[in-house]
Order: sequence, then structure tokens, then C-alpha cells
Amino acid sequence: MKKLTTLLTAGLLGGAMAISPAHADDMRIALVVKALGIGFFEAAAKGAEEAAAELGGVEIIYTGPTDTTAEGQIEVINSLIAQKVDAIAISANDQDALVPALKKAMNRGITVISWDSGVAPEGRQMHLNPSSNPLIGNMIVKMAADHLPDGGDVAVLSASATATNQNIWIEEMNKVVGNYEGINVVATVYGDDLSDKSYREAQGLMSSHPDLKAIIAPTSVGIVAAAQAVSDAGKAGEILVTGLGLPSEMAAHVDSGASKSFAIWNPIDLGYAATMISYNLAKGEATAAAGGEIGMGRLGAVQLSDSLDGAMADPFVYDASNINDFKEIF
Amino acid sequence: MSSTDTKQGTSIPDRLRSPFTRAITSWEFLLLCVAILIFFLNVQASPYFLDPWNLSDATFNFTEKAMIAFAMALVIISGEIDLSVASIIALVSTCMGFLVQLGVDTPALVAAAILVGAACGAFNGVLVAGLGLPSIVVTIGTLSLFRGIAYIVLGDKAYSGYPESFAFFGQGYVWWVITFEMVLFAVVALLFYVLLHRTSFGRSTIAIGNNPTAALFAGIRVARVKFFLFVLTGIMSAVAAVCLTSRLGSTRPSIAAGWELEIVTMVVLGGVNILGGAGTIPGVVIAAIVMGMVTFGLGLLNVPGIVMSIFIGLLLIGVIALPIIIRRARQRVGS
Repeated sequence: MKKLTTLLTAGLLGGAMAISPAHADDMRIALVVKALGIGFFEAAAKGAEEAAAELGGVEIIYTGPTDTTAEGQIEVINSLIAQKVDAIAISANDQDALVPALKKAMNRGITVISWDSGVAPEGRQMHLNPSSNPLIGNMIVKMAADHLPDGGDVAVLSASATATNQNIWIEEMNKVVGNYEGINVVATVYGDDLSDKSYREAQGLMSSHPDLKAIIAPTSVGIVAAAQAVSDAGKAGEILVTGLGLPSEMAAHVDSGASKSFAIWNPIDLGYAATMISYNLAKGEATAAAGGEIGMGRLGAVQLSDSLDGAMADPFVYDASNINDFKEIF
Repeated sequence: MSSTDTKQGTSIPDRLRSPFTRAITSWEFLLLCVAILIFFLNVQASPYFLDPWNLSDATFNFTEKAMIAFAMALVIISGEIDLSVASIIALVSTCMGFLVQLGVDTPALVAAAILVGAACGAFNGVLVAGLGLPSIVVTIGTLSLFRGIAYIVLGDKAYSGYPESFAFFGQGYVWWVITFEMVLFAVVALLFYVLLHRTSFGRSTIAIGNNPTAALFAGIRVARVKFFLFVLTGIMSAVAAVCLTSRLGSTRPSIAAGWELEIVTMVVLGGVNILGGAGTIPGVVIAAIVMGMVTFGLGLLNVPGIVMSIFIGLLLIGVIALPIIIRRARQRVGS
């Protein structure tokens, strides 16, 4: 019986360990995500593989804990340090708790960057934001203006009045709205990121501004509620809904015509850019210095700020042409 | 000398099997074989495994959990269970974080942690031993309660800024690759070995697990022993909280989420009877090392975490099922 257990254990372990270790001459870049099995990160891994194929001689180790905990990510980081990978690009579950583990990685000569969700500056060489506040502020009004050649009244449906991100984006939007001729921002209302309240606020906008041409909702809850309110009022196509949303939640409203386009980061590009940056830093072809630039392949180059972070690109625009490819992803 | 008593399982053998036979058929021996096997498989599978620094890093996978597992082993042997341990870590860590904001230094932080841990354990103990409530229900309740308090205090924020000297517990090295946590793990293991196997308190714990009523009639203060075991588990959770918080350098309310199940797994894998009454500390020590090596070995091969969980799950089911299968097989052969 004991022999049987031993055999069983050996079989199980052997089966799990049949995956062969990497070729020594490859550069190995680890893409560490918040947790495995999340569509957004699976898409980022796809982008990383794309970058690896373009670069050649790069192996991507796509890994992460089972649930979104800092302890789980630390175990993953420890095993990556042990494998002496060349670079770690991480989307962090905790900006502080990972610092000691990532510092250790850097001390052992591993390139460390964070992307999507950042690590405190002392725990990484640079951080890649998917976009920046001015780019987001510009994009949300640009999408409305693109479909309103003659201009018109637009209104903003935000999250709560104290939501930091949304307030910054709206402020940035107001700075550039003058660049778009004929676009008037007539009101800003707050749906508190609650579906029912956002829905009522959108209804209120339609009744108090009969000439309303577009609703801009820079929140994934608000944009869905606004699109629903517009559809329910039978004004799909007349009043345009745009802003920031998730493809999976917005696909139906793009089909119905309530929304022509909306934006959010592109996870594939994000994984691609993180890999390119890791490669360039690990190869020594670029250094992470304030004000410096690091190449990101087909996406150009990222400019680093004084706190060593940078923005990848404009938010990616989703419309009828690509929504079906992305709605399965996130 | 054949036994004349034909009733299955109730006969007392004429003589005990020799110490050697007992040793090599014991649970600990089997587990040790598994551990050695896993060690060699790991060496085979990854060129990075056999590196002193890597092995040293790998011990963090189990040392903190094992410290709680020792106390948990005693609780389970006594016929109870404590599922609130990970939540006690969260609450203790939150209290330490709060005190750091007030400028409290390392010695007082550790003292406060132990105090809070003991209080949490005492709370469980009073409900289980004092009121006689089932421990699984009580500790599922306090599992939510203790972590809930941490969430109310912290929300989506984090405490950081722990003093420099505090980092030693989770990041310090005593000598070469020997971490402070390893030393603490060894000392705690030894203390629990003595407590369970060399004191009357340990014998009482096993007796209670086998038959609480008989234990009571034998003059053992059942409620008092159980109460003390829960306090002990609280204290060990606090010790683990100090190490983990020191290693992370910050506190979030989600700290150590899900650890209670890994700790129970460790205890059961160590040969402790989940129904109480039997189990050893050496078994738990080996089980902790096995689990640490399996997760680290699979991690080196970049096996996704979910596959690791599946593997640990299979190991656990196998371990629980095996003795039962053996007994059935013996009975069939015997009859």
C-alpha cells in the first residue's frame, strides 16, 4: 500500500512537472498579473506574446496567483527570482506590500517594472500607465465631436461628485473643449456609479435639455445606464452616448446604435508595451531616468515623468468595427 | 497463541508490534518518504531548486502558516476547530498598523499584537468552552467578525511606515541563509512537541479528543483546556501576523486571506485526525515542509496557482482516504 501511495504521488508530481524548463539563451520576461483567469490579463498576455514574437529570442512567463492577494504575488515573485528571470513586469495587488520582494529582485539584477496597477516608486524602475488624464479628457470629448460635425449640446454624466479620477478627467476635458467647434457642455450630473441613479440622471438630462446631442459618461457604470436610458426613450441614434466603458457591457448598446463609440485601455497593447519596455531595459538599450524615453515597438515611445511613470497612449476607441473581438475579453 | 476473540476490531493483541515495525508503518514515516521523493523530483525538474538562497526564500511559503498549524493541531486533536485564524492575523495586523501611526515602537507593537491575538482567541474560547457552542459555527462567525473590523478600520486604504527594526521579524537573517522565521519555526515546533507529547496538558488534549465525557469523569477540566487551546491559537496567529506584516511592510484588510484552509490542510496532511483524538507535531512539521516544497517546486516550473491548489487538494483527499482504504483492504484479506 505504501508503494502504491509513493507511485501515485510520483505520478502526480511527474505529470505536473513534465513541463520542460526554458532554453538558457532566451531572454525570459515574466508578466505577473493580479490573478490568473481574468479576461483583461489574458488579453495582456496575448499582447506580450505578440511582442515576444516580434523581438525573437524572448520567452514570456505569464503567471500570477489564484486570487488577488499580495502574499500570492510575493510567492510568485520569489519563484521568479529563484529562476533568475531577466525581467518582471507586474500589475500589483498592493502597491506597498510587494516592495520588499521586488527590491530583492532588483538587487539580484532583475529588471522590474509595473504596469496597469502600480508599485510604489522604490519597488520598481518605472511604471506604465495605460493612458494619462489629459489624453482621457481629450478623448471623451473628441469621440462626441467626431460624430457631431455640426456641433451641439453635450452633457456629462459622472460618477460621484467626489470621485477623484472622474473629476480630473472632466477638468481636463473642459480645458480642451474649446478646440472642438460648436460643442457646448451644458450640464454635469452625478449618478454616483449606481445603475438606477445614473439611469434617472440620464432621463433628467434628456427632459431638461431637449436639444441634447450627446451624453459623455466617463464611468463604466454611467455609460451603460445612459445608453439604456437613451434606448428606452426611443432616442437611440438621436442622442449619442460615449465615454469610458467595458466592451462586454457596451456591445449590446453599440449594436442598438445608442452608442457609436466609447473608449477604454486596450489590454493587448498594454501587455505588448510592458514587454517591449522590459526588453529594452533588460538589454540595456534604454534606462529608466526622469524625462527619458523608452521604446515600445509599434506603439512609439513612452515619456517618463519625474516619478518615473509614463502613459502608453490615447485610450483605445471601440466601435462597431472591433467590439465583437473585444466583448469576449473584458 | 491465536486469539479466541473473533469479533472484528475489538480484540486486544497479545503483544504490540515491535518499535521498528511501528516506526516504518507510521504516518510520519510515510510522509517523510513523500517529502524526500518530492525533494528529489524538484532537484530533477528544475536546475534552480538546489540553491541555498532559493531554498531559504522558499521557507517563507510555509513558516508563518506552520506556526499557526501547530496550535491548530492541538485544537483539532481536542475535537474542535478554529477557522478564524487568518482573520485574527488581519485584525492583529490592523491594530499594529494603527499603533504605528501613533508612533509606537517595535517592542510595544509585538506586545500589543500578542495581546490582541490572545483576546481574539479568548473570545472564541469563551463561546466554545464557556457556552458550549460548536466551534465550527463560532469560528465561521468570528472569521467574518475579525476581518470585518479590519475592513471597517482600513477600507481600501493601507497602513505602512513600520519602524526599521520591525522589518527583522519577516526579513531578517540570523546567520547566512538562516532566516529569523526559520529559527522561530524550529523553536515553536519544539515547544509544541514538548507541550503535546511530554506534558499532562498534552495527554489531556488527546483524551478530550477521544472522548470528552470520559475525560471529564477522569478529572480533566475539559472546558479549561479547550479555552486555553483557543487562546494559544490566537497567540500563535498573532506571532504569524507579526512575521507576515514585517515581511510585507504594510497592512491591508485582505492580508492572509484564505490561509485558514491551507493551515487546516497542513494539519490534516500531518496525520492529525480531523475528528480529534490523534496526531503528532513531527507529522505537522513534515507536512508543512512538504506543502512548502510542492508549492515552491511547482512555482519554479511556472505552474499556475490553480493547478497547485488542485494538487494540494488531491494530496489531501488521498491522505484522508488512504488509511480507510488500507483498513478496508486488511479486513477483506483478514476475512
